[in-house]
Amino acid sequence: MSVQPKLGLDPEAVRRARELARTAGGPIVQLAKRHTTVSVERATLRLAGLAGADPDGTPWVNRLVDAVRGDVDIAHGVALPVWDALLRAEAADLTELATKAGVGSVRFRIPEGDDAKQAEAAATEAIGAGIARIDARRAERERLIETVGDAPRTPWIYLIVATGDIYEDIPQAQAAAREGADVIAVIRSTGQSLLDFVPEGATREGFAGTYATQENFRLMRAALDETSKELGRYIRLTNYASGLCMPEIAALAGLERLDMMLNDSMYGILFRDINPVRTFVDQRFSRQVHARAGIIINTGEDNYLTTADAIEAAHTVTVSQLLNEYFAKEAGLEDWQLGLGHAFEINPDVPDSFRMELAHALLARELFPDAPLKWMPPTRHMTGDVFRGYLLDGFFNLVGALTGQGILLVGMMTEAVVTPWLSDRDLALQNVRYVMNAVGDLHEDFQPAPDGFVARRAADVLGESIDLLERIIAHDDGMLDAIADGTFGLMRRPADGGRGLDGVVRKADDYRNPAVDLLEDGLR
Amino acid sequence: MTATEQERRLVRPYGDTTGDGMVQLSFTLPIPHDRVAEGAAAQLAKKMGIDPAMVVHAKPMGPDFTFFVVYGQVNHLVDVDAVQVVERDFPLLSPKEVNLAIREGLRRRLTVVGGCIGTDAHTVGIDAILNIKGFAGEKGLEYYRELRVINLGAQISVPQLVASAKEHAADAILVSQVVTQRDAHLLNTKEMSAAFREAYSDAERPLLIVGGPRFDETMAAELGVDRVFARGTTPGEVASYLVHALVTQRRQAT
Repeated sequence: MSVQPKLGLDPEAVRRARELARTAGGPIVQLAKRHTTVSVERATLRLAGLAGADPDGTPWVNRLVDAVRGDVDIAHGVALPVWDALLRAEAADLTELATKAGVGSVRFRIPEGDDAKQAEAAATEAIGAGIARIDARRAERERLIETVGDAPRTPWIYLIVATGDIYEDIPQAQAAAREGADVIAVIRSTGQSLLDFVPEGATREGFAGTYATQENFRLMRAALDETSKELGRYIRLTNYASGLCMPEIAALAGLERLDMMLNDSMYGILFRDINPVRTFVDQRFSRQVHARAGIIINTGEDNYLTTADAIEAAHTVTVSQLLNEYFAKEAGLEDWQLGLGHAFEINPDVPDSFRMELAHALLARELFPDAPLKWMPPTRHMTGDVFRGYLLDGFFNLVGALTGQGILLVGMMTEAVVTPWLSDRDLALQNVRYVMNAVGDLHEDFQPAPDGFVARRAADVLGESIDLLERIIAHDDGMLDAIADGTFGLMRRPADGGRGLDGVVRKADDYRNPAVDLLEDGLR
Repeated sequence: MTATEQERRLVRPYGDTTGDGMVQLSFTLPIPHDRVAEGAAAQLAKKMGIDPAMVVHAKPMGPDFTFFVVYGQVNHLVDVDAVQVVERDFPLLSPKEVNLAIREGLRRRLTVVGGCIGTDAHTVGIDAILNIKGFAGEKGLEYYRELRVINLGAQISVPQLVASAKEHAADAILVSQVVTQRDAHLLNTKEMSAAFREAYSDAERPLLIVGGPRFDETMAAELGVDRVFARGTTPGEVASYLVHALVTQRRQAT
């Protein structure tokens, strides 16, 4: 649904805001290009088909990258040392090589001259096969949407399942789809973002969520393919490319045809205390994979409003959306792939709270007219009063209907009380359907007064966003300093602190990674 | 209401008339929606003490489930005097109140050093309490402006923990233990508390707090720590306890 501009935003201010985001983000892209990480290297091996884990559950990609790192560092990339070892017949395939590397019976070296050329050619072929598989999965999705049918309308209705057990998640996800969900998100186990490896296999135990693994992805996608055919509409599957293994999870999502991924440029830094450089390097690679795979990313701006006041911090959402847009486009994502996040989190006791929500949502809509936008329900002001919560969710749905949101995460009246019951989900979907049906195309009739409350509020937030971006750029070292001194939210995250820093390596001049080359080529 | 009922404070639910006993409830039964289902809902309500029960709404949810809303008169009496409340030994504070109490009572930020000791690599517990992301809808301790949080992560040795506590002049130590094989969580905790008692005088020693899914909250003395938190503890409870132990109680002591 496209919405006619209503706010009369100053085009010069909009242009200025985008330009500032580019100025702030540019040096971060350069920083990302100068470094690699253990997870980028492991993702490269995953693209080449290395899967599985040793008997202790340590994935073979971790074993192999650690062994290469021990012998020759990863500053040159793991591709050449690994395929050089294969060409030297140290092992028949990657798994055998990883097994031997794990017990120290292989020595790696940086090949030179013709050896280097041959290793690079072999690596490019193997990794290229993985990229070709991602391309094929994307084509398969497009074909399925063509033959099975697509979601009948926007916003797409987004529902969450999270039992911890993939075999429980599957029937719940299928039931949710039958009840009307267009998108199923499987919440990850608490703490997975801080694991520096991707667990292996089908998993049946998680903490408040289910582990993201390649096998879990495959099982759920296959189940939803069946349900899609049954319902005559393609059900999209969502997971999380975040945390220390973001690049690997992005690669697995592409290989297993996931459709949307939570993927934010700064969430891990601010909310998980992951090292900023690690995050930005991993981010860029994962976004390139998502771009290639035709995956829609969902950014995490709602998180800003769960930790800060939704009125005072409204502009931090806009700034983050602008930065996420810049980083996404630089990595090759197109507008239709940008599920930029925002949320309905203003304290309902504040006078005019609904007008402000409407202003903020319209601002996002008009700043990013071609992005789907991910509209997140109230959580912070949901209490045990389920009746009041149901009304609040109705108003949330009304803003969604009126402002052309692309993806609507269904709010539950039992938020903060229980994980949703069957009846909670049913009532929540009734709420969404009633509002969408009752409102219809009201947006055609809805025209906020020029210079009225809504238009002025939107202009103010845009103005504050420009001020904040200017303050970020005024730092000596731009965004990195701004992140370090707590300019974003309440968290101070210095560039030399946080988790995963030991997995960041500055690239040597002769760094080679065919995955990076193939993904960059895709951008040209 | 009779005089005795008033004395004993016996009450019934209130709909629109004193003593009418009216309640409402909603629930789902795993049966298809038909007349039998509505009868089943009324039967359940009756067994819950609601008589007469009015099934005012019944709606199928898919082929196998029905959702009901029931109104009716409950025949139970509530004896208010017989209610027993388990009081928490410290008040639960909001983040704002925690910050204010520290600012006013301590006049500086309160430093918390946390981590998982021993070989335990499960940071899920310590991260749920410390990470700003938090747990159960509550933000972690990093969210509190007046708390300075140093999260050492996993597999921290006891000497490292003591050194870090000294380096940062910790007011409180938070240790999470998830792995319980061969009582590792208990042994590690005892080792930790002994090390702190050796490294600090009683007056200087930081507050020692341990938590994890298999701890019993009554074991604090045996383990040599100030407080044990069990499964389901939220960051707000830990923050409230920190204020209680390090601000409120100390001020009362001096």
